[in-house]
Amino acid sequence: MNDITSPAKLTAKDFASDQEVRWCPGCGDYAILKAVQKTLADIEATPENTVFISGIGCAARFPYYMATYGFHTIHGRAPAFSTGVKLANPDLDVWVVSGDGDALSIGGNHLLHLLRRNVDLQFLLFNNEIYGLTKGQYSPTSRAGTRSPSTPHGSIESPLSATLFALGAGARFVARGIDSQQKLLPGLFQRAHAHKGTSFVEIFQNCIVYNDGVFDEFTARTVAAERQIFVEHGSPLLFGADNNKGLRLNRETMAFEVITVGEDGYELGDVHVHNETNRNLATLLAQMDEPGLPVATGILYCNPAPSYEQGLAGLTESVQSGEQGNLNALLRRGHTWTVE
Amino acid sequence: MATNTAFQKDIADDTRRKHLDSAVVRFAGDSGDGMQITGGQFTLATALSGKNLSTFPDFPAEIRAPAGTTFGVSSFQINFGSRVIKTSGDEFDVLVAMNPAALRVEIKDLKVGGIVIIDTGSFSDRNLRKAGFETDPLESTFLGRYRVIKLDISQLTLDAVAELGLSKKEALRCKNFWTLGYIFWMFGHKRQTTVDWLHAKFANRADIANANIAALNAGHALGETSETIDGFQGYAIDDADDIAPGLYRTVTGGEALSWGLAAGAQLADLKMVFCSYPITPASPILHTLSNMPEHNLVTFQAEDEIAAACAAIGASYAGALGVTSSSGPGVALKGEAIGLAISTELPLVIVNTQRAGPSTGLPTKTEQSDLYQSVFGRNGDAPLVVIAARSPADCFDTAIEAVRIATKYMTPVILLSDGYIGNAAEPWQIPDVDKLVPFPVSFRTDPEGFQPYDRDPETLARNWAVPGTPGLEHRIGGIEKHYESGHISYDPDNHQKMTDTRAAKILGVANDIEDQTVESGEDSGKLAIVGWGSTYGPISRAVSNLLAEGIGVSHIHLRHIWPLPSNLGDLLSNFENVLIPEMNTGQLRTLLRSEYLIDAKGLNKVSGQPFKIHELEDAIKAQLEART
Repeated sequence: MNDITSPAKLTAKDFASDQEVRWCPGCGDYAILKAVQKTLADIEATPENTVFISGIGCAARFPYYMATYGFHTIHGRAPAFSTGVKLANPDLDVWVVSGDGDALSIGGNHLLHLLRRNVDLQFLLFNNEIYGLTKGQYSPTSRAGTRSPSTPHGSIESPLSATLFALGAGARFVARGIDSQQKLLPGLFQRAHAHKGTSFVEIFQNCIVYNDGVFDEFTARTVAAERQIFVEHGSPLLFGADNNKGLRLNRETMAFEVITVGEDGYELGDVHVHNETNRNLATLLAQMDEPGLPVATGILYCNPAPSYEQGLAGLTESVQSGEQGNLNALLRRGHTWTVE
Repeated sequence: MATNTAFQKDIADDTRRKHLDSAVVRFAGDSGDGMQITGGQFTLATALSGKNLSTFPDFPAEIRAPAGTTFGVSSFQINFGSRVIKTSGDEFDVLVAMNPAALRVEIKDLKVGGIVIIDTGSFSDRNLRKAGFETDPLESTFLGRYRVIKLDISQLTLDAVAELGLSKKEALRCKNFWTLGYIFWMFGHKRQTTVDWLHAKFANRADIANANIAALNAGHALGETSETIDGFQGYAIDDADDIAPGLYRTVTGGEALSWGLAAGAQLADLKMVFCSYPITPASPILHTLSNMPEHNLVTFQAEDEIAAACAAIGASYAGALGVTSSSGPGVALKGEAIGLAISTELPLVIVNTQRAGPSTGLPTKTEQSDLYQSVFGRNGDAPLVVIAARSPADCFDTAIEAVRIATKYMTPVILLSDGYIGNAAEPWQIPDVDKLVPFPVSFRTDPEGFQPYDRDPETLARNWAVPGTPGLEHRIGGIEKHYESGHISYDPDNHQKMTDTRAAKILGVANDIEDQTVESGEDSGKLAIVGWGSTYGPISRAVSNLLAEGIGVSHIHLRHIWPLPSNLGDLLSNFENVLIPEMNTGQLRTLLRSEYLIDAKGLNKVSGQPFKIHELEDAIKAQLEART
């Protein structure tokens, strides 16, 4: 099943396993799976060095559908398993696939520490704002008032922002995409892959059975152009059907506001230019939840720092000074005595 | 002061000294009095003087409990002598009480006629009240059964270091070394190792090192020059003459276990990834291994117990030896992850340095009550291998055995130690690691006909195919897998087959371990004492004492808890009665009763303290009398 006839360049199909995909028809996961498979072909990934690791949930079935190494682990703990994989073999190319319940509820602690440590891997969070596999309970990203089997009268909890969480935890790469952005997702995944350290990518993903249309207010074809902004490093933050709406930093409120270039005396120069290395800017883009502000996708933040593996290699090198330890010598160090 | 002449006096003519076969000394003071350091230094000097020994550090969970309180008492006990020493001793010959609380807590276990050394400088009204004394015990008949040496150690220490310009607070912190110097004199020990240790420890604070050395010498000098008890000139303990020739050192269970894991990984030809989360009393293993990165190992302090187990499993999945270490409450958190390692059939060593439970229990006190948790404590039918170390030095060998079984059988192995073994020290004949039999792992590399769950027909272990190997790309997980392909399978017959296979694989380990032998006594008879873990010391001493008295009893000590040795059932059937002493309410007893349908009796103690030899002797005698 895994016979690879290299050196012919692999295609997206070569990264699909022989297993029948068992997500619900119309699930947003299919589109993300295709985008990932295309990305692996584009970056000329080697299947034997690629490992997909997941926890529990609909998204967590992902590794079974990849013709790479895969480990479907336990609920919420994929960050810990993947850290162990990298500790054992830092050369492996690791992708973690998770959902909002898996990553932010039961596994919130592990994700926090994965990001803080900056372990070199890609972390894809499929956020559908609902528990799918357990049949539709509200999740930590569900909006207040969400009605679900466990909140029949509406959720009384505030939702968590995955990207703000990641930025707060010290992530050095934070990107956001939408399952329906088939053209844009492979580019995001490529950048995530190129980044050394933990690359955190949140993907808004529609659950067609339990939360259908929850992102329609900014993903529906009719409103998408006006309600989304795809940010690019060095480019002005423009959006809209005519690409003439822009984000301007209001120094009074310390937040973005929407302006129209050519109206009210605003010019292109008034539109803020995206700088992906600026964490404050990334935070402003991630928290645009006021009415009228668009939802930002693209690479919000990319500011590399030494990865965990680099730190570990440096540590081992400095202690070892190139010498492999001799256990017999270690056991004889310190006070010993001989009995004749 | 620290002249060569002074040291030569250490090897003083000991004809005036009273000769003993062995002695038990207990140092007791406040948590901040440095009793553990004092005990450690005394242990080293004792070992280097050629004695057998066993120690028992006994300290509170609080780092600095309120000064002067009984619950803040920290103690260190050592039993040493010329004969084989198997426990840290029941009653003490000498008690050092640095304050009234220490006296209050410890005096009950001092032998009648034993020596108690008291720092009178700490016997203020306030400290007496804190210790619950309404009247001064030094002025009453409280200590009438003992020989009391009253010394104002606080003042003597201040005098000894007066010229060195320390603050009073710093000066008083040298009290423990003054006391150590005095006890060194009492047993004719040499001071040089402690002097060397102080120089190294306070390399950047020569004034502190010199003050402690001055205190050490002053305490020693006082012993030399003053007769504190009429006619008492100190003790002399003969050198042990039954020690096998070789090179020795002292070792704690935590050290031996760490080094055993490293040796095991080396024998398996694997990198070790050791993942742990700080917990008493297991942390010394994390500390020891963190200092050994040049030995092809990585240590990882995870964010919690679960992550530590998961990272270790991830490491094993990627072709390293994953090890996780904790104590009972932490192992409880690892349970789900261990189940995944069982299901995905990956090697994993789980070290449990047991402590008294349930819940937080008594973190610094010892118990062996995680046997049920180890053998049974997971969801589903989730068999794994459980082995237990019997002593600090035995941790080295059991750790190697754990690695051997884990890698050969592709299974998690739980390695049980406990707080007593972990912290206690004993002399250890240092093995030659190069002469240990290697058991190198061979990964699957051939893609021809590869199936992730291909099994070795003999061991039933599946092949270990590691990411990075071309042509072996496969997916595994915690959902039930097809018997060969490892693909998700909900087929009922397949689940039956996989469950049966997982159980058979673990039971098969019994064919790969040594037959159970009898430790001492005959291999059949009226009564077998069956123990496991750290009860080894007291049981073996009690049984050998009784054998010497002509009482027929045998000692069987288990290393392999699950699966049990294949001949154990037959062996036990040779005895009319079986008595199982355990520091729990009868966990091994349940296992042996259910496995062999025998009417085993229990002797159970959960006081947080190891068994005393006389408790076992009394119970064995009572058992023998009850049936006659």
